[in-house]
Amino acid sequence: MTAAPSSAGISRIFAEEYGRCVATLTRVLHDIDLAEEAVQDAVTVALTRWPAEGVPPNPGGWIVTTARRRALDRLRRDAVGRDKEARAVRETPAEQDEPEEEGPVRDDRLRLVFTCCHPALALPARVALTLRLLGGLSTPEIARAFLVPEATMAQRIVRAKNKIRAARIPYRVPRDADLPERLPGVLAVVYLVFTEGHATATRTDLAAEAIRLGRLLAELMPDEPEVLGLLALMLLTEARRPARTGPDGTRVLLADQDRTRWDRDLVREGLELVRRCLRRDRPGPYQVQAAINAVHASAPDAASTDWHQVVALHDQLLALAPSPTVALNRAVALAETEGPAAALAIVDDLAERLDRYHLLHAVRADLLRRLGRDDEARAALDAALARTDDPDDRALLEARRG
Amino acid sequence: MAHYLLSVYQPAEGEPPSDAELQEIMGRVAQLQQDMQDAGVWVFSGGLEAPDTATVLAQGGDDVLVTDGPFVELKEYLGGLTIIAAPDLDAALHWGRRSTEAIGLPIEVRPFQWSP
Repeated sequence: MTAAPSSAGISRIFAEEYGRCVATLTRVLHDIDLAEEAVQDAVTVALTRWPAEGVPPNPGGWIVTTARRRALDRLRRDAVGRDKEARAVRETPAEQDEPEEEGPVRDDRLRLVFTCCHPALALPARVALTLRLLGGLSTPEIARAFLVPEATMAQRIVRAKNKIRAARIPYRVPRDADLPERLPGVLAVVYLVFTEGHATATRTDLAAEAIRLGRLLAELMPDEPEVLGLLALMLLTEARRPARTGPDGTRVLLADQDRTRWDRDLVREGLELVRRCLRRDRPGPYQVQAAINAVHASAPDAASTDWHQVVALHDQLLALAPSPTVALNRAVALAETEGPAAALAIVDDLAERLDRYHLLHAVRADLLRRLGRDDEARAALDAALARTDDPDDRALLEARRG
Repeated sequence: MAHYLLSVYQPAEGEPPSDAELQEIMGRVAQLQQDMQDAGVWVFSGGLEAPDTATVLAQGGDDVLVTDGPFVELKEYLGGLTIIAAPDLDAALHWGRRSTEAIGLPIEVRPFQWSP
């Protein structure tokens, strides 16, 4: 036992161990709700003991052992649980008080990832369950992060857990053959958490949580290049956060950012991951987006950006995952290699499909200005302003309109 | 082993398939049922007559009221169903996917709460 820990220290341990413990207990008890209850029971015990006795050397193992013992006690008392108890006892021979081994625990968490992110669950439900069960976030925390009422979020989680039980969503890592189909659903959950966190400066904790989940996936599936690509994409985007906001609190675009304020450690880690992906040579949408960010991260200033490389990567991204917004971003890069007229022709082609997207009009305005067509540029800025309520977007657009 | 209901949802309006198309679909459905039987998951399948052949019975006071027509008129109706026995949702979704590929209509996969 170590020295008496602070309560903040204990909370951090719980958050870190929660997913691991729930995952293991779900395997033992065959039920996510029972597993959560058991872990919460064990946490309650820990809260009374650890401050006085110190944190045990293997806190996760301690929680799992205590939770399992508590759950079996509870099931024994509960006649309805007799069946489950029999199964649980049968499937955990002789390891009652042993700390969990790393191998099976790792598989447990991976099973839990694929259960929480099952395609039969709606994306918001997958996100909520993943943050709850793997991230160890409380329901009120998740509700606050997604700006929905607590009751709504609680309902969403209960419904998802109920469907897992009633429809028998399996607690299992998909076969290799099914992985290409199942993995994107998992990555989409993590990336959605990240983009939610990245969208507004006040919700950085979600971005941090997404990166934590991304690191977990990279640890659990080190051979899946898209998993590494997603982590790299998040790290390289997160690295720019300190430079994204100016001294007056307004947003600063990539081209105008003070690159000395980028987080060099995150950039280095992101670039290393992109290099690992390139060596695998099994490109996917997240890897290519990470590579685009890597090109920007490698340029000491906006003027020295390798735009030919950016265009080529957008071509690759369009081939892998065609979308009009990717085509728009490609046009922005193409303006730097082929000039604004070539880019404007592409943007005009996209105008119908992206009419409601303010950035289409903002990009058009910029290209028109560079072509000396100032009246049309001003009209395009007005069109962009008419399509966004976001104060940061509006401030940038109004500054450009003059 | 759990039981799952695979329901075929059919649009109430729109062009029905031609006889030739229908024959092709029925051929694929027969093959699928054979595959389900070979895999040991098949319990029951059937196609339903149109909803206007339905009769609804409902208790009203001491009597049972008889109404001509379906319970509710919808834009899509239950056109047919299959019941399978499967170990989990992934297995059930596999057969649901095969069904929608064979029939070309949406398939709802729903677990039974209990079965005798």
